[in-house]
Amino acid sequence: MSAPGTAAVEVRDLVKAYGSRRAVDGLSLTVERGAVLALLGPNGAGKTTTIEVCEGFRRADSGSVRVLGLDPITDAAALRPAVGVMLQDGVGGYTGARAIELLRLFASYAAHPHDPETLLASVGLADVAATPVKRLSGGQQQRLSLALALVARPELVFLDEPTAGMDPQARRATWDFIRKLRADGVSVVLTTHFLDEAEQLADTVVVIDAGRVVAAGSPAELTRAGAEGQIRFRATPGLRLVSLIAAMPDGTTALEEESGRYLVSGDVTPQLLATLTAWCAGQGVLAENLAVERRTLEDVFLELTGRDLRT
Amino acid sequence: MTDVSYVPAPGAAPRTRMLAAQTGMELRLLLRNGEQVGLTLVIPLLLLFFFNLPLLYSLDGSRIAFVAPSIIALAVMSAAFTGLAIGTGFERKYAVLKRLGATALPRSVLLGGKTLAVLLLEIVQVALITVFALALGWRPHGDPLLVFVLVALGTAAFVGLGLLVAGTLRAEVTLAAANLAWLILLFAGGIAIPLSKYPHAATEVLQYLPSAALSDGLHQVLQHGHGIPLHDLLALIGWAGAALPAAARWFRWE
Ligand SMILES: Nc1ncnc2c1ncn2[C@@H]1O[C@H](COP(=O)(O)OP(=O)(O)O)[C@@H](O)[C@H]1O
Ligand SMILES: [Mg+2]
Repeated sequence: MSAPGTAAVEVRDLVKAYGSRRAVDGLSLTVERGAVLALLGPNGAGKTTTIEVCEGFRRADSGSVRVLGLDPITDAAALRPAVGVMLQDGVGGYTGARAIELLRLFASYAAHPHDPETLLASVGLADVAATPVKRLSGGQQQRLSLALALVARPELVFLDEPTAGMDPQARRATWDFIRKLRADGVSVVLTTHFLDEAEQLADTVVVIDAGRVVAAGSPAELTRAGAEGQIRFRATPGLRLVSLIAAMPDGTTALEEESGRYLVSGDVTPQLLATLTAWCAGQGVLAENLAVERRTLEDVFLELTGRDLRT
Repeated sequence: MTDVSYVPAPGAAPRTRMLAAQTGMELRLLLRNGEQVGLTLVIPLLLLFFFNLPLLYSLDGSRIAFVAPSIIALAVMSAAFTGLAIGTGFERKYAVLKRLGATALPRSVLLGGKTLAVLLLEIVQVALITVFALALGWRPHGDPLLVFVLVALGTAAFVGLGLLVAGTLRAEVTLAAANLAWLILLFAGGIAIPLSKYPHAATEVLQYLPSAALSDGLHQVLQHGHGIPLHDLLALIGWAGAALPAAARWFRWE
């Protein structure tokens, strides 16, 4: 069904406008097979539009989109059994049906479905199996929605804000779930405006704003690239820092901010940390309250767009 | 939460299995929905008693012999047109159909499931109406197979019209339009009032309405014991032949 040897999702120069306004403006991304890609951006950035073009719900104005090597609209019949979808707004489907009924119905569409009862229990909804979908809480609906996306054993899932409306415990559980999907070889595309979610789950983070990619890479690459980290520590005042600077890689600086309080700035790597502690040991100095301050995705976003991600 | 294996094994189920599950779900939801039960089961039975009283107009011969086939036509129209249109219209509004559209369920099976659920509902309707009408002294004539063919063709025509309305208009407009059409077809469409009570010129036009064709066909068979009501069958085939392809062509899922 899906062409082998192709990426799970391949988007090139996607443009999608509503009226004269471009919601997605020349966006490209690649999701490797079995990888987790997070589309990270503030509300209105174009995440849902991008994902719904990939799902075949919306038609691209220009650019190309291949999902499992196929066209989301013309090859929809071949793609649908292989792709699981979690829509942004609520469960969808028959809200008058009971949770287990809806899951059984979706299971009946699939050749090798999960056992609905087992799957419902594994998303923590066994107690509310007989509750009508519309009576479930927001977080419970999200978990049912996740189960519906997975019941057909898809090879690729699109999860649009999968943890919206969840309490912290359910969020953690959903993260574990997504890690398990990845471990079992399912390709995952998720959208989020939670930085920790993208940082925790994704192999690749694509940061988007106003329909454009502003940065892309692994969480480590993004938080490292082009930016300096800092290490602070306390020790006896008046250390001779010249020999420390000489021991560290080029471009790394060290200074005594206040008496006994030191700041090291540079590309913070495990090697740098090792060099620093070794130097302290060589001086017979005990570094206390040593704190590593690296950039977060939040800093990256703020830097790239001048705006706070959560506004 | 993670004791299950999610190793991919995609694939679509056989269509027959999807159709059976879809039909069962649609029928259970219909029977669970108070408004649908009222529209399709309670109101026709109430009208059966009401029109059987000599209030609006007088009739020659047995009154129930006219009223019972009318009420069967009404029940078919209520289930296949009004109920289906309103239900489907709101499913479209609340993204039910969008979500189903992201599964392996083909659209044809979705629409087939809806149609089969309506047909099963009609069996319940006709059984109830028949029991109550027999209790009121109804003595039906004619070939039951012809009744079945008329009801099936009427259903096809009304399902097509109902889906056409639900698939092209907003849910609120569909609600108003389907209720209005129900009233118009009830009174001017040969169900509550015999078309012979209207001026001749009006009858010439009104007899081609789907409600009139279904109602007249049922009267031909059940009231008068006539053979094949060709004229009415052709009218229903015409409506079904126009409405079903039109619905398939213009139905918007979101
Ligand atoms: N159906 C639509 N019609 C008109 N504008 C839309 C529609 N969907 C989204 N938009 C607009 O497109 C932009 C991107 O929206 P969306 O893709 O939903 O962003 P996100 O999911 O990142 O919040 C927003 O400005 C939004 O208002
Ligand atoms: Mg969104």
